[in-house]
Amino acid sequence: MGQRAPIPAGPVASTKASLVSMRGPLGIGFLLAAIGRSTLAAIRSIGRISIFAVIAVSHVLRPPFFFRELSQQLLAIGFLSLPVVGLTALFTGGALALQIYAGGARFNAESVVPALVAIGIVRELGPVIGGLMVAGRVSASIAAEIGTMRVTEQIDALETLSTDPIKYLVVPRLLAGVITMPCLTFIGDTVGILGGFLVGTQRLGFNAAAYIQNTWNFLEVDDVTSSLVKAAVFGFIIAIMGCYHGHRSERGAKGVGRAATNAVVTASVLIFTANYLLTETFFSA
Amino acid sequence: MTPAVNTAQNGPPSPQVASGSGRALIEGAGLIEIESLHKAFDREVVLRGIDLSIDRGESLVIVGQSGSGKSVLLKCILGLAKPESGRILFRGRPLQGENRTEFLDQFGMLFQGGALFDSLTVWQNVAFRLLRGKNRKRGSEARAIAIEKLHRVGLEADVADRYPAELSGGMQKRVGLARAIGADPAVIFFDEPTTGLDPVRANVINALIRDIVDELGATAVTITHDMSSVRAIAHRVAMIHDGIIGWSGPVDSMDQSGNPQMEAFLNGGLSAARTD
Ligand SMILES: Nc1ncnc2c1ncn2[C@@H]1O[C@H](COP(=O)(O)OP(=O)(O)OP(=O)(O)O)[C@@H](O)[C@H]1O
Ligand SMILES: [Mg+2]
Repeated sequence: MGQRAPIPAGPVASTKASLVSMRGPLGIGFLLAAIGRSTLAAIRSIGRISIFAVIAVSHVLRPPFFFRELSQQLLAIGFLSLPVVGLTALFTGGALALQIYAGGARFNAESVVPALVAIGIVRELGPVIGGLMVAGRVSASIAAEIGTMRVTEQIDALETLSTDPIKYLVVPRLLAGVITMPCLTFIGDTVGILGGFLVGTQRLGFNAAAYIQNTWNFLEVDDVTSSLVKAAVFGFIIAIMGCYHGHRSERGAKGVGRAATNAVVTASVLIFTANYLLTETFFSA
Repeated sequence: MTPAVNTAQNGPPSPQVASGSGRALIEGAGLIEIESLHKAFDREVVLRGIDLSIDRGESLVIVGQSGSGKSVLLKCILGLAKPESGRILFRGRPLQGENRTEFLDQFGMLFQGGALFDSLTVWQNVAFRLLRGKNRKRGSEARAIAIEKLHRVGLEADVADRYPAELSGGMQKRVGLARAIGADPAVIFFDEPTTGLDPVRANVINALIRDIVDELGATAVTITHDMSSVRAIAHRVAMIHDGIIGWSGPVDSMDQSGNPQMEAFLNGGLSAARTD
């Protein structure tokens, strides 16, 4: 329905109003009500997600601990994401080198390629692209898995077997997300820089030793730290969105499908949002 | 209204038929007591005042039309669905918090759809409780117990290492049953244990449920549509109709209930069927 409708103003308002007036005499009132409703719905779900996240985190340190489940998730979320993260990082690094070279040539500053590729990958593209790829792969599968468990009453069954579903299902995934994303991102950063290096030396005529030296000299510990902190936050977002949407999944295959989609979309949007906020805090000082 | 607490939860099993007086509907000191339970979903009111008392060591069978709220009633008792109003007591105290934890520790349930964990193998499903929690057993020991439970529901040891998705519907149901009795619970709910089974298997399951109650002194609540199961399993029968307990009494008096819905149920709606 008309949730995206702009606030009517001036002459436009009359046509908008006539569209809406079929539903009641107060066209603008109806529009405002619709906007209000969707805003309230958004606030409600932010509230629900926050509560879910707080509950999940509060269970992390309380026994019992399910180590077997944790190790399975480390494998599923971390190890099996390596190819995706590695490949995207490799090509991103290569493309970045070409772009920076082309841009730098306008100022006769082609020599900035190694430094800027390193900065771009480590500070920004490594964690963000890695986060998005893992969000697509992992949020969806967590949501589908937990959603299926919800609609086939497996979560109810867990409770009747004296097992807290939050501890058994959510905590291992949350920990696995927060632990593996920095590792994945570190590898992604390295591979991304390698992509830039390959393009730089093979296509753009950089000297290999000089390229490496240049990269190494330029990067600071802070760059790497910020990359890993971002990654940990993204890992949290990915896992919590998958779990939340799976947990709230409605009945039927359609409900589970919707949960998976919602998980990926919200995780991706939150990753971009968190990325901006984290970049502000890291580099505004 | 504070019913006397039913003490000695781990006392000797009482093989006699519980609730001697036929119509022990509300009063009495049941193990589980349900008082005027109401439950509605968005579209419909399902339960509109269920009063039911489940005695320790009895086998209660709940019957009722499809969609009448039998499964929902069990979920409300377990706290898996939130009732709008009403009270559920376990040993005289509300079935919440600590009391619920205590209850669940000695509880087992067969879900209508099986609800097997599809990421675990059959034996890991059956031994789920044995592999975790307070009285954890070693893997090999838990596995041996699981295989023994599988035998009891008529499954061979070779299914133990398969995954639930690789089993037929009836086999899954029986694995669910084995999981329900996996840790020898004191209270067991069976939601349609024989649906989807051939008559021979169904009789094995009926006998198993009756054994668990009579020999091990467990309390069983079974939902079924199968009247021969009812006769084989039940001490007492309760019928849900229109969101309340329309009739309840000992299984022997079922045929003389004088209740039109119950009669319709018994003879498949052939006579006096009131379709609304
Ligand atoms: N989660 C739910 N959301 C909405 N409605 C529900 C939900 N669970 C059950 N219901 C409704 O409650 C009613 C009773 O359902 P219930 O599963 O208890 O029936 P039942 O007596 O067990 O039937 P059957 O013998 O077919 O299993 C049904 O009309 C069903 O649509
Ligand atoms: Mg049912």
